[in-house]
Amino acid sequence: MADYNITDTVDITDVVCPVTFVKAKVALEELDNGDILSIHMNGGEPVQNVPRSIKDEGHKILKLITNDDGTFDLIVQKAGD
Amino acid sequence: MAVDYAALKAGGFMRQKQKNTFSMRLRVVGGTVTAEQMSVIQRVADKYGKGYIHLTSRQGIEIPFIKLEDIEEVKAELAKGNVLPGVCGPRVRTVTACQGGRCCPSGCIDALDIAEKLDARYFGRQLPHKFKFGVTGCQNNCLKAEENDFGVKGGMLISWNRDDCIFCGVCEQACRSGAIKISDGEITVEQENCNHCGRCVTACPTGSWQGKSGYIISVGGTFGNAIKRGRELLPIVEDEETLMKLADAAIDFFDENANPGERFAKTLERVGWDQLENKFKEIYNG
Repeated sequence: MADYNITDTVDITDVVCPVTFVKAKVALEELDNGDILSIHMNGGEPVQNVPRSIKDEGHKILKLITNDDGTFDLIVQKAGD
Repeated sequence: MAVDYAALKAGGFMRQKQKNTFSMRLRVVGGTVTAEQMSVIQRVADKYGKGYIHLTSRQGIEIPFIKLEDIEEVKAELAKGNVLPGVCGPRVRTVTACQGGRCCPSGCIDALDIAEKLDARYFGRQLPHKFKFGVTGCQNNCLKAEENDFGVKGGMLISWNRDDCIFCGVCEQACRSGAIKISDGEITVEQENCNHCGRCVTACPTGSWQGKSGYIISVGGTFGNAIKRGRELLPIVEDEETLMKLADAAIDFFDENANPGERFAKTLERVGWDQLENKFKEIYNG
């Protein structure tokens, strides 16, 4: 169904702001341009802020998936410099 | 010769406990001081004060321990570096502001620009009591708009364009007031819950959400002896011209109705908030 293939995933539910974004950023740095990262995050502050920060870094947000347990998966395509 | 303390106070010289000694308040707008100004302030503090400055609670600068006999010399010296004296007493005080949209990713308005315009329009104007303006760029409210007699807070009037939308779902979560709902290829905004924070606009990855800057105005705030939170009497104001007309109306209302030594909130309580609200609505509705 999904029109993207996830290259890697990162779980940022074990950290709090601002490390949430840092952890996601580091995970993105390890990927090649065009790769897709799925970022697993908590509701509340992470989901309110992390997507915006990822966007500001120039990466492409494809989807935000809402999970039944109150967590979210943000699907991001890595962009070049 | 008797010292005219009232005149000195009006000119920004605050009498200290120490005899014939003053803390000199400087004119600062929105906490912005140029390198040139800093340089002359440093020289004056070193030569005429005690080699330090005091940062006031409202983004101002004071140079303490200026001697009475040096006052004219100090003013002349500061003027060379484009530093002007501030004010104290019953008049329009320092206009505070954040840097707003000029630098801050969250800024919905150019707060500093608005502060400069308010300063040019009203700074030092004599009134029945002190009157404070504060401008903050967004709902984060770093500059605490509602603690001022007239507070301005930047906001955004939002709109959604279906064509660019990928329905990723980010905006629904970015909205902290739960005003955005996504269902079956449709996005709706509960306007009564939208607080104009503009987070949907900044979070949207495709530019589907667009925001137009606006001003949320509060009046009658004070945070000294009696604490009152400024009240919003109108919906978000869309243009600067209306904002300035409202500022004129508020300050004129205060000038005409306040008793000496009475802050704006007290005047509004005594005379009736609806009196000002009616004037505001007339201006708002054009």
